[in-house]
Amino acid sequence: MRTLGYVAVNVFRESVRDKVLYNLVVFAVLLMAASYLIGQLTAGQDIKIIKDLGLAAIATFGLMIAVFIGIGLVWKEVERRSIYALLTKPISRAQFIVGKYFGLVLTLAVNVVVMVVAWYAVLGYMGATVSQAARAAWVAPATDPTMLKAVLLIFVELMLVTAVALFFSTFSSPFLSAGLTVGLWVIGHFNADLRNFEAVVESPAAAWLARGLYYLLPNFSAFDVKYQVVHALPVPAAYLASTIAYGAAYIGLLLVAAVAIFSRRDFK
Amino acid sequence: MTSSSASPSASVTAVALAALLATVVGLQILRERTAPLQSGEAELLYVRSPEAMKRMALSYGPLLADIYWIRAIQHYGDTKRSTEGAKSYSLLYPLLDLTTSLDPLFNVAYQFGAIFLAEPAPGGPGRPDLAIVLLQKGLKAQPDNWRLIQALGFIHYWWHQDYRTAAFWFDQAAKRPGAPIWMAPLAAVTLAQGGNRAASRQMWKHVAETESDQWFRNEAARRLQQLDALDQMDALDRLLMTYQGRTGRPAGGWSDLVRAGMLRDTPRDPNGLPYQMNQGKAALDHASRLLPLPDPARLK
Repeated sequence: MRTLGYVAVNVFRESVRDKVLYNLVVFAVLLMAASYLIGQLTAGQDIKIIKDLGLAAIATFGLMIAVFIGIGLVWKEVERRSIYALLTKPISRAQFIVGKYFGLVLTLAVNVVVMVVAWYAVLGYMGATVSQAARAAWVAPATDPTMLKAVLLIFVELMLVTAVALFFSTFSSPFLSAGLTVGLWVIGHFNADLRNFEAVVESPAAAWLARGLYYLLPNFSAFDVKYQVVHALPVPAAYLASTIAYGAAYIGLLLVAAVAIFSRRDFK
Repeated sequence: MTSSSASPSASVTAVALAALLATVVGLQILRERTAPLQSGEAELLYVRSPEAMKRMALSYGPLLADIYWIRAIQHYGDTKRSTEGAKSYSLLYPLLDLTTSLDPLFNVAYQFGAIFLAEPAPGGPGRPDLAIVLLQKGLKAQPDNWRLIQALGFIHYWWHQDYRTAAFWFDQAAKRPGAPIWMAPLAAVTLAQGGNRAASRQMWKHVAETESDQWFRNEAARRLQQLDALDQMDALDRLLMTYQGRTGRPAGGWSDLVRAGMLRDTPRDPNGLPYQMNQGKAALDHASRLLPLPDPARLK
């Protein structure tokens, strides 16, 4: 467990050294500039737009970090040949992979927490500066805590994307891993279409294949409740729990597969 | 040669960067002023299918809805303010349709969009039919939203002069949760006195006093000023007729009425602009923001 922690903390330190956290400055500037500009531009609805923008930015920045750092986690060690020195230490290949994974998850967690704090600060400021009458027309308060449900699911989605990127990086080049990860993420958002494929094809075999893919491929659209929280629609606790459990199980599957592949790799 | 002597100093680099940046900005300004290209189709909408856009949006549907909403406002505002002769608001409905398909609960897009669409030329495309389609689409997503139903009533009242239908929608709005208490009397007044200026004034006064959004309050205040202007122009027309009856000739200008002691000064509209005389009748100045006025014949 301690070894796992060392690997994870080192990944986090490396991310900080690689200036990954600079994206937080971009996020803060984006939000502040947007809140000012959108207030000038739009007729009402500025709070809704800042909510949408904040959630989309948290998801996008996180996605970029998860993909572009995730694909290099293993590849960099192999490319620099530091993997040889690492594997002579008392550290198993499984600990190496899982430690790398949790290191990036830690980086993502710090990112998401800081972004959420900045986002709520901007929303709080905007909420405090509008009239009581305008506030009465909102469907939810500016700093509605239920929006954290969407943030939680975004974070689980990012953990899943990280696991996908890490999985691909154990056996392919960074370029290919990035393509495959982003491709899977896009397909994962069309997942619901695969489920109802029989409505558009006549072949039962194709329909069954699509149905099979629906169950096999990661369903990224399930993690998207941004629309619901912004419009104060209910997101039941059962949905939250089952989606998190689905994400955790899929992450487990990918990590086990990544460890299995990495354990069989020959670095001679 | 050492690397330090080969590379330029930091100050030289900074000066070079500043000079190049200034050149880029200067050339951009010069290029725009001296050699503007003739614009073809100024604005384009690459994807018009809401279904296709919903698919392509992945998990960014609400954010894309915001972007299309901002584009709709800009398209409306830019076209309204443009000095070109024939103003085309051709993208307004497609943009609003995309916005509300990407975010079916985007209430302001329905409410503002309906107002923009119904506004007659040159202030808008003059398409109350599309405003009704947009609001009906909103009602499909939110059947209990009294504001959308009320807006539907307004369109029938103000632009179609269909007071029976307007009263029906006001009555429907009154039955929805959260509707203000004045909605039911408004339905009754509309049914009994539709087309009456007093009834119209009452309707807009309610909006001006109770609407939470400043833009809607301003719009209601503008409508009230239009009604005031209609009243004032009627009064001025009566004075002009009296003047003609007394002198046997039409007034050449407001100064004639001032000299005759019928007016103290040149009359001004509710915005402070002087009234004009057009073919012997009072008219608003062409720069008045109260234009276009509702047809006076329909609001007596």
